[in-house]
Amino acid sequence: MIFVNGEPYDVPDHATISELLAGLNIDPEAPGIAVAVDSEIAARGAWTRHEVRDGARVEIVTATQGG
Amino acid sequence: MTRPLVIAGRELRSRLLLGTGGFTRLQALADAIDASGAELVTVAMRRLDPSADGSVLDVIADRGVEALPNTAGCFTARDAVRTARLAREALGTHWVKLEVIGDERTLLPDAPELLAAAEELVDDGFVVLPYTNDDPVLARRLQDAGCAAVMPLGSPIGSGMGIANQANLTLIVEQAGVPVILDAGVGTASDAALAMELGCDAVLCASAISRALDPVAMARAIGLGVEAGVLARGAGRIERRTHARASSPLEGMPEFAE
Repeated sequence: MIFVNGEPYDVPDHATISELLAGLNIDPEAPGIAVAVDSEIAARGAWTRHEVRDGARVEIVTATQGG
Repeated sequence: MTRPLVIAGRELRSRLLLGTGGFTRLQALADAIDASGAELVTVAMRRLDPSADGSVLDVIADRGVEALPNTAGCFTARDAVRTARLAREALGTHWVKLEVIGDERTLLPDAPELLAAAEELVDDGFVVLPYTNDDPVLARRLQDAGCAAVMPLGSPIGSGMGIANQANLTLIVEQAGVPVILDAGVGTASDAALAMELGCDAVLCASAISRALDPVAMARAIGLGVEAGVLARGAGRIERRTHARASSPLEGMPEFAE
């Protein structure tokens, strides 16, 4: 189990960030998204290789309205 | 036509930056972007909500303007630096409006954390635009740290209290070697005009527009206020004087019979 934006979430062993996003119905090609795993930014170019280990805390962020 | 604003070598025709916070509908934001004439509009970075209907980024792309990510909501240099890096990754921009807040009630900047974050982000290649107190010494320290502009507050964020300390803002402007962008506190068009008359290079405005009864009309009003202030600054205002000075000639008065 991992945590996505603070919520527990089950992913298969060796799931990559790309696979995680697909499972969440988030288009990895969509602009404006960044991912951090355990507070470290996961470079977009490595999402297809970057495996999310058990217990990881994943933050998926985008731009929203703000001053 | 006034000269363009240049930040980090980039020319901007508009001296009004628009914050996108507080608009209740994306269409109102789109209309306000058009009415304001702003080319740079700020966005915040938050957790993705897959159920969200429409995105601020769609509006920004559609209106042909550019997103300037902020680090709003960060209370430490560490979190602000991480947020800036997330924004760079998400939006492909190395520009950031740096905010490090020190107090929830006033949302005033935390000076030591702000300076530390600015130094780290400048080292990391960011164009840093820090939201700062109206403190001339801190503004100078941020400039010396390599920030591309300084963004002193007029008064607390969203307060609409205008420019609380004109003397400090004037000192910041006098010593600045980078653009000074008044950030926070603008309540209405005259506040924006005053900022420019005092010598600011630009104004950033969110709540005054987004929370006005008619945001589109206020966007245009504040845009015009900025332009009016620039022109007035360049035109050279008259000196203030205690007593009147007649503008009609004193000679040639007709005489009237008793």
